[in-house]
Amino acid sequence: MSFLRLLARNRLALAGLVVMACVCLLALVTPLLPLAAPDITDTGNRFRPPFSEGALLGTDHLGRDLLSRLLWGTRLSLAVGLAAAVTAAVLGAAIGIVAGFYGGRTDNLIMRGVDMLMAFPYILLALAIVAALGPGLMNALIAVAAVNIPFFARNIRGVTVGIAHKEFVDAARLSGMSDLRIVLTEILPNVVPVIVIAMSTTVGWMILETAGLSFLGLGSQPPVADLGSMLGEARAALITSPHTSVVPGAMILVIVMAINLLGDGVRDALDPRLKSGALNRPLPATQVARDAPVPAAQGGAALLSIDGLKTEFRVKGRVYRAVGGVDLDVRPGECLGLVGESGSGKSVTALSVMGLVASPPGVITGGSVHFDGQDLIGARYETLRRIRGDRVAYIFQDPQATLHPLYTIGTQLVEAIRAHHAVPRAEARARAVDLLGAVRIPNAAARIDSYPHELSGGMRQRVGIAMALANDPDVIIADEPTTALDVTVQAQILALLDELRRARGLAILFITHDFGVVAQLCDRVAVMYAGRIVETGPTDAILSRPAHPYTARLMACVPAPGGGRRRLATIPGLPPSVDDLPAGCAFAGRCDLVQDTCRRGEITLDPLTADRAVRCPTPLRAGAPAS
Amino acid sequence: MGSYILTRLLSAIPVLLGLSVIVFLIMAMIPGDPATAILGSYATPENVAKLNRDLGLDKPLVQRYFIWLGNMLQGDFGRSFSLNRPVLDEVAERFGATLVLAGTAFVICSALGVAAGVVSAARQYGAADKAITFAVLLGISIPSFFLGMMMILIFAVNLRLFPVSGMWPIYGARDAAALLRHLTLPALALSVVATGVIARLARSAMLEVLRQDFVRTARAKGVHERGVIWRHALRAAMVSIIPVLGIQAGFVLSGAVYIEIVFQWPGVGRMLVDAILKRDILLVQGGVVLVAACYVMFNIAVDVAQSLLDPRIRT
Repeated sequence: MSFLRLLARNRLALAGLVVMACVCLLALVTPLLPLAAPDITDTGNRFRPPFSEGALLGTDHLGRDLLSRLLWGTRLSLAVGLAAAVTAAVLGAAIGIVAGFYGGRTDNLIMRGVDMLMAFPYILLALAIVAALGPGLMNALIAVAAVNIPFFARNIRGVTVGIAHKEFVDAARLSGMSDLRIVLTEILPNVVPVIVIAMSTTVGWMILETAGLSFLGLGSQPPVADLGSMLGEARAALITSPHTSVVPGAMILVIVMAINLLGDGVRDALDPRLKSGALNRPLPATQVARDAPVPAAQGGAALLSIDGLKTEFRVKGRVYRAVGGVDLDVRPGECLGLVGESGSGKSVTALSVMGLVASPPGVITGGSVHFDGQDLIGARYETLRRIRGDRVAYIFQDPQATLHPLYTIGTQLVEAIRAHHAVPRAEARARAVDLLGAVRIPNAAARIDSYPHELSGGMRQRVGIAMALANDPDVIIADEPTTALDVTVQAQILALLDELRRARGLAILFITHDFGVVAQLCDRVAVMYAGRIVETGPTDAILSRPAHPYTARLMACVPAPGGGRRRLATIPGLPPSVDDLPAGCAFAGRCDLVQDTCRRGEITLDPLTADRAVRCPTPLRAGAPAS
Repeated sequence: MGSYILTRLLSAIPVLLGLSVIVFLIMAMIPGDPATAILGSYATPENVAKLNRDLGLDKPLVQRYFIWLGNMLQGDFGRSFSLNRPVLDEVAERFGATLVLAGTAFVICSALGVAAGVVSAARQYGAADKAITFAVLLGISIPSFFLGMMMILIFAVNLRLFPVSGMWPIYGARDAAALLRHLTLPALALSVVATGVIARLARSAMLEVLRQDFVRTARAKGVHERGVIWRHALRAAMVSIIPVLGIQAGFVLSGAVYIEIVFQWPGVGRMLVDAILKRDILLVQGGVVLVAACYVMFNIAVDVAQSLLDPRIRT
């Protein structure tokens, strides 16, 4: 079973399992062991220290053998804790399933009651129940179980509600099965893992709580003792004979810790989200592991020069080469479009520039990014941070997710300015109002105190642009800034960007999958496929006469205005997976014009004319009109 | 904002009524006859019947509930027979001591727990993360009463850094310094479990938030990593941390009973345990209702704090 294997792989959980197994085994065989009777008092031999003759752990305040009492007490504590857990789980699950399955008023009534019980401070409720029933181990068990029922009921109800409206339950209903049978055959099997997780995370608590009630004198009554009442009785002699307290206390600690380790392991093994390791936090800057010599900057006049950039994602022993050696130059005041399908590596290229690729799992494994003569790949964090947002700024795709939801846009703009310039808050705020005006946000002085959720999508993206402009950067990297917006808003944002770059002399690296956008904004364009540039050149030239078959096919996918009668072209097949790229041209499998040479060796990006290059052994004839 | 607080306060009324019903029903479950319990097994039947009449126990259950509720609303929680004084006076006096202890512990576990969780998440898989994770595991596994006893043994008896027990010195001034010396060990012992639970949750909440796009935006802006973690990520993570702080406040408040016993702290928890052992039902009833009601009000305060932190809830 994969579940057991996962559990076994978790060393800590395994340790917990081993310890628990030993404790349980000891508890089971206690009656068979040659131990002194746990309740025989011998006041002549009180408080004997550990390792005394005939009493390995010493004796307690009545001269009873501590080892024997410890084992019998452990047995009792485990039994009571487990019984409480099972009782709470069974009753809680039953209540939760009934509430979740029937819904409506039944659900409402039950959950109100559950909420009431949960409004109590936990141990207080247990105390009230014991107060009513009277002290005693059985009553303590009932109290602890009762207090935990709401927790199970609420958890299980949530899961049941999710299942009760699934198709297979409807099907069972239509086939005339009784409610009881549906619950037993369709619902229960799906709920059991949740019950197991909930039990594994709470059984430790319940052992602690029953021990606690016994410690207070409200649980097991003399002469029978569980671990809690042993500790409670030893408290009077804490200072003179601490070992009588340490022995039962340490045992509780060991048991609860082992159960918690095991419970975490069970939860990790059963919770698929944790299994995938999706909960890795990204480092402040992408990890760099370059194994080849660092290429020098190629583009002479370029402001931003990317050379041989390689970025990969390392997930569970597989390596996805998202960017496989990309060269790009952005000159001052120029807008360069980077075009490709989803998954072509264009966003990863853009994020690699400032080390913003989530890492782990991302690693930059080669190449260089020169900005203003300095290589940013592998630069110190502080160097990167000083450039980020000050000289190279980003605009991201979805302004709903990329703005902080809990700060006003003013606060976020002011922060962007003050991250790089020590200006007084009031001055930064005045500048923020100017910025909002510059990106055409009406009534900027009032809008600045809005939260992102109070703005429309287009307005939020204007804020995103204002934030990128905050420190008058030299380069803006715009990662599909208009994709999440509707078409009319898209056009406004593009017009705004175009105007701003001409007015401020900005260089823009514009990432998009849309050739229409490229035509409107970009001076030059680079087409990316499976992590590499396949064609680059001036926008006009490429749009009118694409040289790479992929470029031509991609352009054919764009609906032409007015040409409504044409059947919209698609490219058959899918891009190759970047963890298993074929030799030769990555597009060969989907290309109409494929030849034998396409599937061999390394195909290089060769100059076509003075300002164009293409990565294809048989480029389309330059001059052939786009199909 | 004002209307939000008002709505929340109004919504507390049914919860408080529900609480009183639950407490009343639990107390009504008591097997046997409370009058016999009070008077002892040698009481004459006449005396028992008279006391039952005096206590109103001969009336139907529903009527008894409303009488009890009406009396409580007028501030009459009855008289404790074991202490021979009004329940409200006794509870009010004891509750002050519990609040000092639980309040301090709550501040400690909130601050320490959140800080540990944030550091742990920011240094995921690093040495600090591993050390914190282990400490947290130990913290949530150790019974607070055992921890308290060990603290007394080490810090009070052997190292003589703190007094062994009590809230005030027997002789000497009852000033803040004396209180602080007496408070340190019990407050720490009480806060350990909650610190662990909060640290755990804060860590996973932070890991969740750190992967979100707005964190990348903050980094792209050139915000220093400290600001990214503490200003951007923590602020967003607090939205899911605060409800847990509310739940842990309940654990700290009611878990104080163990610590009050171990450290001889004159709080309401110790009073309750004594009352249970003496079968002083009115005192238990009044104490439980009052503490639970305070906890409900505290949870409203938590909700209000939550809405202050998250503008999306308010609108």
